Amino acid sequence: MRPEISTFIMFVVIMTAFFIANDKFLSPRNIRIVMGITPEYIIVAIGIAILMISGEFDLSVGSVFALVPMTMVQLVHQGIPPWFAIALGLSIGIAVGFVNGFITIRFGIPSFIATLGMLYIARSLTTVATGGFPPPFPHSLPNELFVFQFEVFRASLFWMLGVAFVAGIMLHRSNLGNWIYSTGGDTGAASSMGIKTNNVKMFCFILCGFLAGFAGMIQTFRIEAPLPSQGYLLELESIAAAVIGGVSLFGGVGTIFGAAIGAILIRFLESGIIMARIDAEWFRAGLGSLIIISVVFNTWVVRRGENMVHKNQAEENEIDSKKNTQKSEGETNE
Amino acid sequence: MSSENIIECKDLNKYYSGVHALKNLSLKIKKDTVVGLIGDNGAGKSTLIKILSGAHAPDSGHIYFEGNEVKFKSTKEAMNLGIETIYQYSALIPQMSIARNIFIGREQTTFSLGSIGLMKSKSMDKAAMEALNDVELHLRSPETPVNQLSGGERQGVVIARAMYFKSKVLILDEPTNHLSVKETNKVLRFVEGLKKQGVTSIFITHNLSHVYPIADHLCVMARGEKIADLAKEDTNIDELTDLLVNG
Repeated sequence: MRPEISTFIMFVVIMTAFFIANDKFLSPRNIRIVMGITPEYIIVAIGIAILMISGEFDLSVGSVFALVPMTMVQLVHQGIPPWFAIALGLSIGIAVGFVNGFITIRFGIPSFIATLGMLYIARSLTTVATGGFPPPFPHSLPNELFVFQFEVFRASLFWMLGVAFVAGIMLHRSNLGNWIYSTGGDTGAASSMGIKTNNVKMFCFILCGFLAGFAGMIQTFRIEAPLPSQGYLLELESIAAAVIGGVSLFGGVGTIFGAAIGAILIRFLESGIIMARIDAEWFRAGLGSLIIISVVFNTWVVRRGENMVHKNQAEENEIDSKKNTQKSEGETNE
Repeated sequence: MSSENIIECKDLNKYYSGVHALKNLSLKIKKDTVVGLIGDNGAGKSTLIKILSGAHAPDSGHIYFEGNEVKFKSTKEAMNLGIETIYQYSALIPQMSIARNIFIGREQTTFSLGSIGLMKSKSMDKAAMEALNDVELHLRSPETPVNQLSGGERQGVVIARAMYFKSKVLILDEPTNHLSVKETNKVLRFVEGLKKQGVTSIFITHNLSHVYPIADHLCVMARGEKIADLAKEDTNIDELTDLLVNG
């Protein structure tokens, strides 16, 4: 059984439990509130999940989530046309991803360290870029295109679905996806089959940086205020979302669907705790427990699946060997 | 140059930081046979296969493939000619399905942009099952992850992969190491099947009893030299054991 299925089961259980605690939890109003902010987190989690499947980490996504929109806003204040500022801002995300990948691959150091350094550097750059206090949001930026509030959902939900669709096709249906899984599963084996594993990893680093910046842009566009503290601790929450959704820390395992469910689960957990009139300070305790329980549950489900397969195989082998002994006995009798 | 020899080596020499790892080695490998290459650890077996698979270049000597002299610069070059090497630790990704493993790096795609395209999963699954059936490996589904297979079955998948991509020569480096007796027999059956399909195999092992039953020709190495090169009908297991132990 696939690990993301156990995540989905947990999702249903948790949603049901909060619904019992307060039936307004699944009211259109609450879904509208939660799903208004969730797409940003899902987009980051998708980038992290793909990178983790290729066998690497990115701790700098929270900082990139702030740096990219801050760059856009400041560029617009400098008189740069909004769409050009958006393009330049997004290329900062790409550049950070490239630097993360380059340092990790070229110097052969763990991506955990390379991107930990980048976490501090990018956050520092964001604060420096504010020049002391957060700048006002320039309304020449086309923010409605990304965050317009429809009846229940925001435009960001559709952007997220677009990202998830393209990423899903790439990861699960294209040969590039096959290379990403094989690179994360066993780098040595993949390169012996002619996969350029360094290029694959570099692609995933860049994609992750780009998506983190894109998601940060959506958040800034939604709240219409570029804050240097935006995305603080988001790197850990994104890894948590991926892991809750069945992405392996060791690479080679995971799905886009799982990472998205993981991110949604975290946001509804937050909302559910508030709706159940529990002190909001318990959110982190809840998240911590969720991470541990979900990974234990995932591991248990996967092991159970494997054991069933092995049991079947063992039984088949036994039947085989019985047949063989009967056959050879028959032959000796003749 | 007789065309019935698919590979012919002449006076190969290889030094590793002053150590003479391969000494004037000459070898003829006939088409559609199983050649057992045996020798104790350090006899030069690995050096020889690294040269034949294109991983290392010899310091002197010649290699002929199907009668033409070849000088490999990479394993990819050897693979393109049809020489595929299967190393002890198989080149499979444990978490991935059998079909995806068989096609790693050589996926069948459609709607391609450059080298990236959508995988034709159904056609790859079908081809994977056929490739497995060709080596008499009957597994339930091409979607089974490789980590749910036994060691022998994994070797079978690797052999099926080499077969599918039309290898002419398969070099197997200790394919039966760390396998149970039953699994070893499975692998030996795969190798026997290769001959029928017109594939020459070079079976490297230090365990004579594994290769003896299926080999047509046996080649014994010691201290970087070939000390015996015998057709199976001209020798017996006692003589070979004696050669292996006493050099």
